[in-house]
Amino acid sequence: MAEAKLLSGNDACVQGALAAGVRFFAGYPITPSTEIANAFARELPGRGGIFMQMEDEIASMGAIIGASCTGTKAVTATSGPGFSLMQENIGYAAVAEIPCVIINVMRYGPSTGLPTSPSQGDFMQTRWGPHGDHPVIVIAPYTAREAYRETGRAVNLSERYRVPVIVLMDEILGHLRERVEFRDEDLVQEINRKGPDPDSTFLPYEYTEDGVPPFANFGTGYRYHITGLIHDETGFPTNNPVEVDRIMRRVNEKIELHRRDIARTQFVEVDDADILVVAFGSVARSAHEAVRTLRQEGKAVGMVRPVTVWPFPDEDIRKAAAGKKAVIVPEMNLGQMVREVERVVAGTVPVHALNRIDGLLITPQEMRDLIEDIQ
Amino acid sequence: MGELHEKYLRMNKMPHIWCAGCGNGIIMGAFITAIDRLGYDKDEVAAVSGIGCSGRITGYLDFNTIHTTHGRALAFATGIKLTKPRLKVFVFMGDGDAVAIGGNHLIHACRRNLDMTAVIFNNHIYGMTGGQFSPTTFKNKSATTAPYGTTDPDFDIAQLCIGAGATYVARGTSYHARLLTDLIVKGAEHPGFSVIEVITHCPVNFGRRNNFESPAQMLLWQKEHGVAARKAKAMPLEDMEGKFTIGELYRSTEIPEYLEEYGRVIQAANEEKQP
Repeated sequence: MAEAKLLSGNDACVQGALAAGVRFFAGYPITPSTEIANAFARELPGRGGIFMQMEDEIASMGAIIGASCTGTKAVTATSGPGFSLMQENIGYAAVAEIPCVIINVMRYGPSTGLPTSPSQGDFMQTRWGPHGDHPVIVIAPYTAREAYRETGRAVNLSERYRVPVIVLMDEILGHLRERVEFRDEDLVQEINRKGPDPDSTFLPYEYTEDGVPPFANFGTGYRYHITGLIHDETGFPTNNPVEVDRIMRRVNEKIELHRRDIARTQFVEVDDADILVVAFGSVARSAHEAVRTLRQEGKAVGMVRPVTVWPFPDEDIRKAAAGKKAVIVPEMNLGQMVREVERVVAGTVPVHALNRIDGLLITPQEMRDLIEDIQ
Repeated sequence: MGELHEKYLRMNKMPHIWCAGCGNGIIMGAFITAIDRLGYDKDEVAAVSGIGCSGRITGYLDFNTIHTTHGRALAFATGIKLTKPRLKVFVFMGDGDAVAIGGNHLIHACRRNLDMTAVIFNNHIYGMTGGQFSPTTFKNKSATTAPYGTTDPDFDIAQLCIGAGATYVARGTSYHARLLTDLIVKGAEHPGFSVIEVITHCPVNFGRRNNFESPAQMLLWQKEHGVAARKAKAMPLEDMEGKFTIGELYRSTEIPEYLEEYGRVIQAANEEKQP
């Protein structure tokens, strides 16, 4: 592969999605994710795909679910205000188990906020945005190269586990252009959802060993029903407490069942470190730089970076933090991921939050200053 | 009709949830009669619905069916039709569903002219939540959220759709069931976005509060107030006061169907790819 390109994070997402077989995009213009829509509008019609500019983000989310029902891999992209509007239909995709991918390029909020400034304020919303207990996978790349690979992986995970997958970017990563050299490990494979077994009776929400029912695409001869009402394995509504409990446990637990395949965590100089930084997204770029320069000065500092941020990598963080002097969690918000880190280390290691909410990226120097204070 | 029930309905899902005397069953009957007349293969039909009493229709129809979120049925349907154009797509919505929470999607679907057929059950009330006024409830009516009478002006759904650019618009009623079948057939055959507004009756949550003693009386009201569009044209305006037109109200074949237009985009993209 070894081919170098100049790519922005937004462009890289689009390339990764196309490589994974995405052939439908519906969206609504919003800063700082608009370039994703622009690129899909250019790329899809010549590849047998459809680009659709909808009337709002609610409709965009509905349209990609509809497209997915026919077996078409479908994506939307948005930012804060639009992401808030999508929540109801994301919950629908989660409970009706319709594969789809949502790229959220985070901007500063709440409300209209600072439209052109980065933030990590949606960390919790990506997990808990829709009402009700529901499954979701959230992946947060930190370079353009990774945005390519991880968006491709997001499409594949959504197909494999019949779950909405959110690619969590931010304004910095979306707009920054960098040299990307693709290597063999960046190759995005196309994975398709599992279809019905032609030799047995089709049950749209069958209890299978892997917790993921087969999906019959509309128009392939399987006439069945999809609903956002709680349904039994036949797909029709039920309020039988036994059935409700059974299906909702399966729908939520299928993610945990496949955690090994879904999880991705990066470890940087963790083993002999005294101090550990836990960071994701653009902030992890600063953290990486802080670790690099401190190491040059002989200081024992390391970093853990969740790439899959939800499900949160409990075990990875717990193991990496064990026996450290301190854990630092820098975030461009008032402290969201730090709550997860505190829950996981459960008081065994002191946890320090480093928060910035002025619309600017946390610098490597700020992290160095805090680390030196602690030491 | 019994034969059609067996052929097009999921009989194991009966009895349906609709109240005794409800108009929704009449609309469902008119719809499956229309499908039979159109001769569509059941595997090639997608039925999409929103939320409310009308939304439950997809549970009973033996096609590719999806019961979506409140007001968003057209958005889901748009994704289905665009990615599998050979499917015949029908969208079922109520009045609150289509013109309150889903109003934005309705006008844009009309504007785009994608080849789908929307059937809007207009019973002038939110039935499932127990009788709150909707954007089509007439003035001075009683509703649980208007105990002193409604004050809001009401939408004319068919006129709204014509104004927004739908290329086939018709209005039927649950009283004129045969006419309704004809209108659904014509709407489905029309190459573009078609809307069939159906004036129907909710005896439990509208009729009871508004001096209708029985479902039959509500059907008679439809008979007395629905005027054939052709006849209405010749009538003085004051005679139409309080009445509504029924039949085919608008049809245009001048505006291209959406996917036909999109073909030009695909062509241009492919030409650009040539070296």
